[in-house]
Amino acid sequence: MNFKRFFAVVKARNLEFFRDRASLGWNIIFPVLMLVGLSFVFSGDGRALYKIGVIDLSNSQSTFLSTKHIDFVDYKKLGVAKTKLEQHAIDFIIDFNQQKYWVNDGSPNSYLVEKIFNSEQLNFERLTTHGKAIRYVDWVLPGILGMNMMFSCLFGVGYVIVRYRKNAVLKRLKATPLSAFEFVSAQLVSRLFIVMFMSSTIYIGCNVFFDFYMQGSYFDLFIVGALGAFSLITLGLLVASRSKSEELIGGLLNFTSWPMMMLSGVWFSLEGAPDVIKSFANILPLTHVVSGARKIITEGATLADISVHIWTLSIMCAIFLGLGSYLFSWNTER
Amino acid sequence: MEKVIQVNRLIKEYGDLIAVNDVSFSITKGHCFGLLGPNGAGKTTTIEIMEGIIPASNGEVLYHGKAVDDSISQQIGIQFQNTALQDFLTVKETLNLFTSFYDKTVPHEELIELCNLGDFLKRDNRLLSGGQRQRLLLALALINDPEILFLDEPTTGLDPQARRNFWQLIKNIKAQNKTIILTTHYMDEAEQLCDDVVIMDQGKIIESGTPQTLLNKHFDNIFIYLPKHQISEELINKNYWTIQENKVEITTDNVEKTLAYLIGHKVSLQGLHVKSANLDDLFLKLTGHSLRD
Repeated sequence: MNFKRFFAVVKARNLEFFRDRASLGWNIIFPVLMLVGLSFVFSGDGRALYKIGVIDLSNSQSTFLSTKHIDFVDYKKLGVAKTKLEQHAIDFIIDFNQQKYWVNDGSPNSYLVEKIFNSEQLNFERLTTHGKAIRYVDWVLPGILGMNMMFSCLFGVGYVIVRYRKNAVLKRLKATPLSAFEFVSAQLVSRLFIVMFMSSTIYIGCNVFFDFYMQGSYFDLFIVGALGAFSLITLGLLVASRSKSEELIGGLLNFTSWPMMMLSGVWFSLEGAPDVIKSFANILPLTHVVSGARKIITEGATLADISVHIWTLSIMCAIFLGLGSYLFSWNTER
Repeated sequence: MEKVIQVNRLIKEYGDLIAVNDVSFSITKGHCFGLLGPNGAGKTTTIEIMEGIIPASNGEVLYHGKAVDDSISQQIGIQFQNTALQDFLTVKETLNLFTSFYDKTVPHEELIELCNLGDFLKRDNRLLSGGQRQRLLLALALINDPEILFLDEPTTGLDPQARRNFWQLIKNIKAQNKTIILTTHYMDEAEQLCDDVVIMDQGKIIESGTPQTLLNKHFDNIFIYLPKHQISEELINKNYWTIQENKVEITTDNVEKTLAYLIGHKVSLQGLHVKSANLDDLFLKLTGHSLRD
């Protein structure tokens, strides 16, 4: 590995990206527009009903449970229900067996539901909790950043390499002492830098306006993002390892990216999806990026808590990088 | 004279297509060597095997008597027929990028002066004219002070003035005792620049030697052209002269004697054109079809 050559290619690729204003602008504007749009669509409470968590609902009996315009959601574990209450995902918790209820001090809905509940004069023990509301925009944030990352990695590496190959930039580089390993490594590092720089900038910039929910560590989130970006970059390298046709690579990259966009939990949770869909989603790198990041953001998970996602992404990186490097060709012969 | 490159029985097959068919030649140090032939003759394939860009199906290329390996990239310079430059980089940045690839490089000032790049060093690669782009590509090929310079159709697509400027650049480089290997389908270019030529057609070498040796070998005659309306049909038929569009082509080995004959028959010499055979004519004679077909 000659680092002079390596860093020269990294620098050249970075200059190319940052000077391509149309591409740069779109990379910033697209996710910001998505976040603004979604926060607008889902602004305010928007819910016609109050949501009350009931511990062991099937074994609970009360006239209160027949109250109209209230959703009663069954929870088997109090801890899960309390997390939801803290995140304002539900407005109130009742345990009829223990004769207790929980309110969120910071939630107006919780206050109103308590008034309604107390009109029943059940004399349950009052317990409180508190926590900042988790909005849809907070929930969808890892998905949108992950999706933007995915497109930037797949197309920024895959499409660019095929374009270089098609118009003989790669052939010209092959005629120099630059090795394939140095070239491929430089592309990976350059794109990783670009993606993490762009994603961090978008996150920090949007956070000023949206004040995103964050339970976990920013460092852990960065690690998951970097590992996810690396896996997606290596996937782009693998897809582009031999092709010389921009039409073909466009189709292949769409074929790779669309299932991830639909099935990796970017827009909605797959909790209720059939097992076959969930199994398929687990072989997609974006699923592990989004799930890992979402757990850090909404549940305060640590890297140890999401070790399954970390290991899966690491193994994917190794497989994609190994195969992509093995199959890589400077120029495909006739 | 020292041979820098020896090509022995080179064959390149793509399935059923034999692009290069049993080609052998050697290149003398300090010479400009021309690989000539029409599009599809196998010139580019031959040169790319010599550069180590693509492998041969059979045969060998020896560089100073040794087989070509990866280390050759430090010692040769290449200007490909079709190469894009990286977008959004300036000329100066492109020079810097390629400088970083080599152990030994020529100072930029020398390259900039030699290739006349000074006026557009800060210009984006995408905004270069055809001639400027070719000069930059030549500078990149020279950046490692190569012993051997490969130029694959370097003036294709350039206007006549840019072509002639480029020829002067190549002559300047040749004066530095560098070995140049040039492929072209412009015969005037080969006549201007090459010390030795190999003519290829359909993957095979059909003739080789110095341009003048080949012309002397194949042509004794000189061509005289006159407008058709100035010569009677009787005189044309009597001498078996040929008619080409509006001109009469007279082939002769003695121009003075032929001119005297025409004057004697009261033929006006207005519009007379005398031409000796060139490599275009040679190729036509050898293959029966034009170089630019």
